[in-house]
Amino acid sequence: MYRIISQVGQYFIFLGRVFVRPERWNIYIRQTIREMDKIGVRSIGIVTLISVFIGAVLTIQGVYNAKNPILPNYIIAYAVRDSLLLEFSSTIIGLILAGKVGSNIASEIGTMRITEQIDALEMMGVNSASFVALPKIVAALLFNPILMILSNAVGIVGGWIAGFATGVIPSDEFIYGIQYNFHPYYLTYATIKTLVFAFLITSISSFFGYYTRGGSVEVGNASTRATVYSSVLILFFDLLLTQLLLV
Amino acid sequence: MIEVQHLSKYFGEKQVLYDVSVTFQKGITNLVIGQSGSGKTVLLKCLVGLLIPEEGRILYEGIDFISLDEREKREIRKAIGMLFQGSALFDSMTIEENVKFPLDLFTRLSEAEKKERVAFCLQRVNLQKVNKLYPSELSGGMQKRVGIARAIALNPQYLFCDEPNSGLDPKTAIVIDELILEITEEYGITTIINTHDMNSVMRLGKNIIFLADGHVAWQGNNTQILEAENEKLKDFVFANTLLQRRNE
Repeated sequence: MYRIISQVGQYFIFLGRVFVRPERWNIYIRQTIREMDKIGVRSIGIVTLISVFIGAVLTIQGVYNAKNPILPNYIIAYAVRDSLLLEFSSTIIGLILAGKVGSNIASEIGTMRITEQIDALEMMGVNSASFVALPKIVAALLFNPILMILSNAVGIVGGWIAGFATGVIPSDEFIYGIQYNFHPYYLTYATIKTLVFAFLITSISSFFGYYTRGGSVEVGNASTRATVYSSVLILFFDLLLTQLLLV
Repeated sequence: MIEVQHLSKYFGEKQVLYDVSVTFQKGITNLVIGQSGSGKTVLLKCLVGLLIPEEGRILYEGIDFISLDEREKREIRKAIGMLFQGSALFDSMTIEENVKFPLDLFTRLSEAEKKERVAFCLQRVNLQKVNKLYPSELSGGMQKRVGIARAIALNPQYLFCDEPNSGLDPKTAIVIDELILEITEEYGITTIINTHDMNSVMRLGKNIIFLADGHVAWQGNNTQILEAENEKLKDFVFANTLLQRRNE
């Protein structure tokens, strides 16, 4: 218990070091653009792939579970849209990115620590915590909402393709369904969740990477811890934000 | 010139440096030698501000580095270049970006001026056509040379080298040693080298400080070291087979 409290305290001290005025804005901006490519652009493929398939599966499962003579077909598309928007595009994509991006961040910073790159930054008078973590956090905050919107869009397209390709929902009914009873607030809710999850993934992973000591085994451990802690906290904050924003 | 006065460093209860007082002279290669665990790296890290000693003073041209605030330390750091044991090049940056990094950080030069300086530094360490490569694409010796190029980018007055020859073959080690020596003499830099490589000691040792268990056990130069009477130093020096044979 003491260890957990101590680690939480250390995490907030770390955040205190991260959120300070950068020494040179141009270096940080350059790093942030680079991180947007690494964290965001390079995740487009996996997000697209998973979203298309999940959209398709949701449609087919929806038909299997809810096909009923008294329920119109478009209800399936309506359910697919809201499932994607409310939960899948933010939470499930968050969990996937905790694995892909989180482990990558922790191992990158951990390797920087054990190969003295962080010492080199400190020696030059650079705030190393801020230099390694802030561009990653900002990049994720800027780019993950784009991934969330992309995930929704291609998920719906996946559902639509599955619907007409398997013949379970006609195209026009699906398109009617995804427009039916749309609440723009759901988009706000999904964006807020995405931003919170982006912050959790990047800051927690940076934290575990930054305090790595030892060698390659410890880098691996830091990477695993970053993924596990990020995932658990994403689930916890998912519940918390849902209670706060939807109920 | 750097003066270290009565420096002591603890890690918890464990004392690693004991009342270390030494002077590192300008324009020559100063070597800190000793067995692994003798406190060499801790001393070097204290000198560059990566560790804060509990007692003592570190004077850069008479200015007490430890008592300075971060902004004042930054001014001294501008004058420091450091070559790390594993080169510590930034993996995510190209060679050009690595060498340019201190210039981005500390100068207001134009991009063209920075590129010119980077080209000069890389040429100075005999590296060409590597600007767009990443550190992982270079050999260990080339990485060390890039490390030196980055260390000299700001025309430092002080150059710190932590085990510059570690992991290098003997021929490449000679190249790195000669490069450090040339740069030191050419620019009149105060160079401090941590090493346990006796070849480097014999080549570069103008001012040698021998650390044993955190104490300064002996100080002299490369002509005096083979005749020294200090038992711990003799154990260290003649652990090398070639020198053992010479001694016999």
